Amino acid sequence: MNALPANLRSDLAAIVQHVPRGARVLDIGCGDGTLMAALRDKRGVDARGMEISPEKVQLCVAKGLSAIQGDANRDLEYYPDGSFDVAILSQTLQTAEHPDKMLDELLRIGRDAFVSFPNFAYWRMRFSLLVHGRMPITRHLPVSWYETENIHQLTIADFYALLDYKGVKIERSWFFTHDREIGPTYANWRAEYAVFQLSR
Amino acid sequence: MATLETSSSSTLKLPDALPLDSGQTLENVEIAYETYGEMAADKSNIVLIFHALTMDQYVASPHPITGKPGWWSESVGPGKTIDTDRFHVICANVIGGCMGSTGPSSLDGEGQPYAMRFPVITIRDMVRAQVALLDHLGIGTLHAVIGGSMGGMLALSLAANYPERAARVIGIATTARHSAQNIAFHEVGRQAIMADPNWRKGEYYADGISPDAGLAVARMAAHITYLSEAGLTEKFGRRLQDRKAISFGFDADFQIESYLRHQGISFTSRFDANSYLYITRAMDYFDLAEEHGGRLADAFAGASARFCLISFDTDWLYPTAETRNVVHALNAAAAPVSFVELSAPYGHDSFLLDVPALDSVIKGFLE
Repeated sequence: MNALPANLRSDLAAIVQHVPRGARVLDIGCGDGTLMAALRDKRGVDARGMEISPEKVQLCVAKGLSAIQGDANRDLEYYPDGSFDVAILSQTLQTAEHPDKMLDELLRIGRDAFVSFPNFAYWRMRFSLLVHGRMPITRHLPVSWYETENIHQLTIADFYALLDYKGVKIERSWFFTHDREIGPTYANWRAEYAVFQLSR
Repeated sequence: MATLETSSSSTLKLPDALPLDSGQTLENVEIAYETYGEMAADKSNIVLIFHALTMDQYVASPHPITGKPGWWSESVGPGKTIDTDRFHVICANVIGGCMGSTGPSSLDGEGQPYAMRFPVITIRDMVRAQVALLDHLGIGTLHAVIGGSMGGMLALSLAANYPERAARVIGIATTARHSAQNIAFHEVGRQAIMADPNWRKGEYYADGISPDAGLAVARMAAHITYLSEAGLTEKFGRRLQDRKAISFGFDADFQIESYLRHQGISFTSRFDANSYLYITRAMDYFDLAEEHGGRLADAFAGASARFCLISFDTDWLYPTAETRNVVHALNAAAAPVSFVELSAPYGHDSFLLDVPALDSVIKGFLE
């Protein structure tokens, strides 16, 4: 069980490789438990998940993972301060009702936090908006504006500004395009999505 | 394909008096229980099932009075969700009950039925009796405890009061405390029993003329709370029973009336009215937070088990909000907990009916 699952998305793989072995982890928006299962099998972590979809929670439980059906916009307040070593928000920040408050919650519950999100300033997005004048639909953001769950689109530059405003420290960052890691140079143009490791 | 179910019936007489939450003690306690499947040599494969208010230990074997299949025989058995080829399943009648465990119809030291001289018991007392059974059987830590409705209350109580006794705790359609509405419906049932002239302050065992009418009404009222409005409408609507028009009288014109009357009457053949009083009282007194200083998270402070809580979206008796309270308390106590609200049309009774998602969650969690 040492190899990462071959189909694990690059942002998840980056998170798996940097979560300390044996840590207590809360995965907010855990989906079908892919990340939790990888964390458990590869890093021996004690992973707990929160997921809004009951069908996906069932999939987690059937895999022997601990997951609760809950709404991250409302139910995070029930977790005590510092109750986890690591809190993870994977591709969920842009769906939050109040992303800034969710970031606060993340860093209240976890000593460390991982956040990944799609970058709305990726050059194909900018080009699509510039040329067509319509909200972009891409491989990574495949849904029309009126049905997307992504109600708070952001760019890497926006995220830096929010971290700065909140006084949050960046421990590490990773940038990806076509599921491959790229360097940080002009990341706000070149990256399809980003992963940040944060601390207070 | 199903092989003959290897079930066995036993009754244990507890060697010591059972201390009760009321401060009283209960002497010569007997606990009737059923077992299924082989016990592993190291006793690592034991699943204890707690039954609900009107159920009993016949979880997967035919009921001795009604002859009907066990109340959870769809899910418990060889190759089933709770696989008796793998697990040794134990289900015991709660104290206060009427299917072989000591209750108000049992004889006291003088050889007379206890009737209302039976001490008022609590959910924790029921659990204490079953822990004594586990002690007798030499069972330390259970692979899992599972219960729905009142059975879930017992499961939560065991997790809070005997945290070392179970590695996994499954609570289905349950709550950590009885609400005003829950108490209210139970009080209707109790008053129906006590208003029956045959009840006679509980002293009806000598001539066998029991308060069946009162118990039937109690069952009818309770049965409504186990179903959903949508489920009732779908199953019965305003359809008439064996007639083409209303009768302008008070017969069971409607199918729902006929159904409830049947439920009420058939219940009296297998349940003791005084047991109904005592067990509903125990449920009403249940408040796990109050037992532990008022904060539910403190009830689970020493918990080391993994928890799985399941609710149903149409259950208005123990609605999802009650389960969420438990989940939030377990989160606050840092206990590993899974929770899912399943969609099923049958109301509270969904936990007894065919809900495939319930089986897949239980099966996964038991691994």
